[in-house]
Amino acid sequence: MAQMTLIQAVTNALDLELARDKNVLVFGEDVGHNGGVFRVTEGLQKKYGVNRVFDTPLAESGIGGLATGLAIQGFRPVAEIQFFGFVFETMDQIAGQASRMRYRTNGRYHCPIVYRAPYGGGIKAPELHSDNLEGLFAQSPGMKVVIPSNPYDAKGLLISAIRDDDPVLFLEHMKLHRSFRQEVPDEAYTVPLGVANVVREGKDVTVVAYGAMVQTALKAADEWAKSAGIQAEVIDLRTISPLDTETIVKSVKKTHRAVVVQEAQKSAGIAAEVVAQINENALYHLEAPVIRIAPPDTVFAFPMIEDEWIPDVNTVKHGLETVMSL
Amino acid sequence: MSTVLETKPASFVQVLSPDGSVVDRDLLPNLSDDQLRQLMYRMVFTRTWDQRAVKLTRQGRLGFYAPVSGQEASMLASEFATNEEDFILPGYRDIPQCVFHGWPMYQAFLYSRGHQHGGEVPEGVNILPPQIIIGAQIVQASGVAMAFKLKGERRVALTYTGDGGSSQGDFYEGVNFAGAFKLPAVFIVQNNQFAISVPVRLQTAAETLAQKAVAAGIPGIQVDGMDALAVYAVTKEAVDRARAGEGPTLIETVTFRYGPHTMSGDDPTRYRTKDLESEWEIRDPLVRFRKYLESKNLWTESDENQAIEDGKNAVTEALKQADSHPKMSVPHLIDSMFAELPAKLKAQKEEYLASREVK
Ligand SMILES: Cc1ncc(C[n+]2csc(CCOP(=O)(O)OP(=O)(O)O)c2C)c(N)n1
Repeated sequence: MAQMTLIQAVTNALDLELARDKNVLVFGEDVGHNGGVFRVTEGLQKKYGVNRVFDTPLAESGIGGLATGLAIQGFRPVAEIQFFGFVFETMDQIAGQASRMRYRTNGRYHCPIVYRAPYGGGIKAPELHSDNLEGLFAQSPGMKVVIPSNPYDAKGLLISAIRDDDPVLFLEHMKLHRSFRQEVPDEAYTVPLGVANVVREGKDVTVVAYGAMVQTALKAADEWAKSAGIQAEVIDLRTISPLDTETIVKSVKKTHRAVVVQEAQKSAGIAAEVVAQINENALYHLEAPVIRIAPPDTVFAFPMIEDEWIPDVNTVKHGLETVMSL
Repeated sequence: MSTVLETKPASFVQVLSPDGSVVDRDLLPNLSDDQLRQLMYRMVFTRTWDQRAVKLTRQGRLGFYAPVSGQEASMLASEFATNEEDFILPGYRDIPQCVFHGWPMYQAFLYSRGHQHGGEVPEGVNILPPQIIIGAQIVQASGVAMAFKLKGERRVALTYTGDGGSSQGDFYEGVNFAGAFKLPAVFIVQNNQFAISVPVRLQTAAETLAQKAVAAGIPGIQVDGMDALAVYAVTKEAVDRARAGEGPTLIETVTFRYGPHTMSGDDPTRYRTKDLESEWEIRDPLVRFRKYLESKNLWTESDENQAIEDGKNAVTEALKQADSHPKMSVPHLIDSMFAELPAKLKAQKEEYLASREVK
């Protein structure tokens, strides 16, 4: 066991999978010699050679297409999009091509690709670096979308993603990159895709979150417990598509109230889907409407005000107060 | 002057050698003494400003910043060949061209800090704010150029990208569109040898980046990007051709960035040697142009000091102005999404304000 940051846990997962399966390839802009702009692939090219860990020319559509082509020839590409805001450049290769391959060839070909990308606010990156675009991919049938909230899950989820036979988008929240360490086992292990995790037990209200919002929700829940004596149950979705409806519904049936927190702008997002699932599966167990805590429907705020735009502990507490008072 | 594009299509255009002597008299651009001095002034001013900006970024007083030292000739001599009404579509590093094209420096600073007002380009200043998405500006340049053509305006769209940027699909599309529609556009690829850590030889098997023009059927030319006069001569001709309705040109300026890729954690020692850096410093654009001007008695130490002084003062002034500008706000961000705020966003604005009241 070692104490690892989320970045170290991801590096470790890549290292183990490169060693385990010669079909795993890691590539993207600056990931080879330089080890990635966040050093996630540090040392991997040296260890596995330039044929397995390599720099590509600067072209995201090229990276996406390369991954698709390699995948249908039996490789397991782990392609990095340097920052998630650049994903529009390869939207077709991911959402239009790879995620439909199995369907359009009736199972003859499939795309075991992992697209890794840093995303998320809080580090004051320039525009189109931090945007929460996960909703676009949750709306792409055939894709799985994974967002770890801590180093332990990051390693286990990434290993599952690499071993999965379908395309998986794996998003690494930049605020969590190095913000805390956790005990992470040295050996390979998996955390299943599509399974949420109850990270704080409580009986009064359910808080559903993912990514960096899990930490925010936990803090808000702890503070709220101290000041109001109310126990919130916090669920970390871990995979936002496919959604683990069962875990959410089970919790809501117990607490009868829920808030959903997301860092992405409010409308037509993951939180809306969670609310819909609760309505469809647990409406009569509710004592109050389920509310979403999310930024307004704008583009991701420029660095100067991103901290105000992103939901913080206070906005989550405000949301909790609202559902408890209804 | 014989035209560079006709006489030198496949060569590396150079007017001044690194020691400041003229290597090709035929290509000496037609610039007055005052213009020559002005161009030198801009390069010295910009180097000073760049060094200050690097420090300010380290101190947290600026946000995002991509250093420009080494690329002054490539940036400033090309902009110098445009008219005020020509339109520039810059990449994130191309701040100096924008400022000399009229963008107030304090707005460049606000842009760096991530303030919306930074990108609020003043009326009459013909630029877009710096583009983050590599390649996006290239395709847009063709749109701007087509607009000029359709409106019958004798204006030119000038856009910049890097060696890495020339690998993007958008790059090929933009250049090809410009050729297909014979648009008044000039595409400048500043080949500073690295795209963050990736050397240009890993970007492409093409011998030059200028030759990417061949497939688009437009002129492409490679120029010494450390030579202000060569950059000016080539860009001037390309801009004149475009203005005259003769179509687009692709220019590769061969240059080098001395500093890190940006101030956000890049460490150049991981991917390039000190020797390589020294090799490029010998070709320094300021040293070379200064020697040339000195040989013509057009530049003195006091001119140099004045430009440095002015550069420092301009930064200090711009910083003050940026500091005193009202802070950006979330409600304002909401207001700026549409011409008319939809009811849903209005409600969200209220909701936002209410949620911030508990503290
Ligand atoms: C579409 C897109 N992909 C990736 C990036 C991240 N990125 C920023 S600068 C850069 C390298 C650019 O190199 P080059 O085009 O040579 O220009 P330079 O920075 O050297 O001026 C990369 C990969 C980006 N901003 N946009």
